[in-house]
Amino acid sequence: MKHHLILKVITKFMVGVIVLFGLYVQFHGDYSPGGGFQAGVIIAAAFILYGIVMGLENVQKVMPIWFAQKAAAVGVLVYALTGVFSIIVGFEFLNYHAISPEHPKHGQHYGIILVELGVGITVTFVMIAIYYGFAGRTPRLDDKEW
Amino acid sequence: MALTLKHLFAVIMLSGAFSLVSAMLFVVMDAVDVAFTEAAVGAGVSTVLMLATMALTVRVQKETKRPILFPLVVVCLVGVLLIYGTLDMPNFGAFDSPAQLHLGSTYLSITYKDMGIPNVVTGILASYRGYDTLGETVVVLTAGLGVILLLSGLKGRKDKE
Repeated sequence: MKHHLILKVITKFMVGVIVLFGLYVQFHGDYSPGGGFQAGVIIAAAFILYGIVMGLENVQKVMPIWFAQKAAAVGVLVYALTGVFSIIVGFEFLNYHAISPEHPKHGQHYGIILVELGVGITVTFVMIAIYYGFAGRTPRLDDKEW
Repeated sequence: MALTLKHLFAVIMLSGAFSLVSAMLFVVMDAVDVAFTEAAVGAGVSTVLMLATMALTVRVQKETKRPILFPLVVVCLVGVLLIYGTLDMPNFGAFDSPAQLHLGSTYLSITYKDMGIPNVVTGILASYRGYDTLGETVVVLTAGLGVILLLSGLKGRKDKE
């Protein structure tokens, strides 16, 4: 992909837009369609697009392999610790009333945002790690070989 | 057309296009969040993964000597049975379908009261069914770990030696 100038310029523009849309889907998920799973795959798709067009080594400068692999576990931790927090405060596991006992509605809202954030982090980095796993084993190909 | 194609590149591209079309179908049926997922995973990520796999193997499918008549008959028969199965189902969007009558209407009426958020799907997914979603997230992580162990792990060990 050395000489695909148009693809590179469009990609540089699109990656930002895609990530922005992913963040919107993530944090507006309680008002509009979407949530952690959808946002995760959208953000991962932005990184994968960058990787295809700019080359694997360039996307791995932005998002190193070790970071993607470790951050995937952080999402599950965020989710589970939300539940553990509510146990510590004295409610049931994953009962979001614990976050703000005076205002149960606010507690639910914050809880949902936290949990969706955990889902989003895990899905994003798992997708990126899977892509690295596959693309890292692919031999470098010339355009003609496709 | 995908049945008779031997060039795997074209087959992968066709399946990606098929995913994109089914994402549009989901939009038509008002399931926009499913459409997001289908467009990003089905048309985007999995097409890339298939291409990466193809780059590791071969570009053209081998000619088979086995007869294709029997599998074709089985596939057609299953298709006919599936379509026959849909005849009993309630119409699309019917208000008296079982899905709308029991839990669905309860969730629709209590979600806003309990949480003050308008997206009932998110409310069910993240709060009423929080355990299940935690499980799903762990499944996604496990799938990722499996791929990392199978693909990247081996490579790392070889590099060290």
